[in-house]
Amino acid sequence: MSLTKAERNIILSMWGKISTQADAIGTQALERLFASYPQTKTYFPHFDLHPGSAHLRTHGAKVVAALGDAIKSIDNISGALAKLSELHAYVLRVDPVNFKLLSHCLLVTVASHFPADFTADAHTAWDKFLSIVSCILTEKYR
Amino acid sequence: MVHFTAEEKAAVVNLWARVNVELVGGEVLGRLLVVYPWTQRFFDNFGNLSSESAIMGNPKVKAHGKKVLTSFGNAVKHMDDLRDIFAELSELHCDKMHVDPENFRLLGNVILIVLATHFSKEFTPQVQAAWQKLTTAVANALAHKYH
Repeated sequence: MSLTKAERNIILSMWGKISTQADAIGTQALERLFASYPQTKTYFPHFDLHPGSAHLRTHGAKVVAALGDAIKSIDNISGALAKLSELHAYVLRVDPVNFKLLSHCLLVTVASHFPADFTADAHTAWDKFLSIVSCILTEKYR
Repeated sequence: MVHFTAEEKAAVVNLWARVNVELVGGEVLGRLLVVYPWTQRFFDNFGNLSSESAIMGNPKVKAHGKKVLTSFGNAVKHMDDLRDIFAELSELHCDKMHVDPENFRLLGNVILIVLATHFSKEFTPQVQAAWQKLTTAVANALAHKYH
């Protein structure tokens, strides 16, 4: 599965808007993840996960920044995320099922922030992009 | 049986009261067919599904979407009884329509995303969580009679 030219363009143009609210979006995606899928909190026993916490804001910002890196190298996402891929495989070892859950929450967050832009085609592009990112982040697991 | 708290029921019912079932139903089914094109396999007789605009504008998609979401509305009215409410539909989806239950999960998530585009800031993490619970429970109820 790879992005078409049209899909890349959709992502690049929406990223312009998203990046201006990157931190808020990252934070909210995590809040949604923990609210809808409480089992995901097991990966953050060392965090204060109350909505609005500094931990959530910092980590949310980190997640979206990483997506930004992937988008900036959208023709070589593998290369852009190589280090993160190793981190997830050897250190974090987050079960692969959770990437789908976070991807879904990211989609919901973007959809609620940019309803007019989040057409069915945009939805497809972002769903595909996040699937590709998830694949890359889990590809060294075994 | 899934237990919904009073807050979760309120979050669901409150939002549902303002959903235009005809409009949203069409959007939901349309998006399913656009975003996950392999789901088109169940709709060979729907005519033109060749592009996003063809799908979103397709009258059969809109009509069937309305039907599906109306049925979902039944779930909202009977959140404590989902298995019973969907028992017959579950058998139908298994024996007559041969639908992989994974599709119920996909559809549930699309419902949430469409609600997010319509209700925006109001679709808070807590509201989403209540709806997430409902769509999961409906998906499980629809899969319950599979054999």
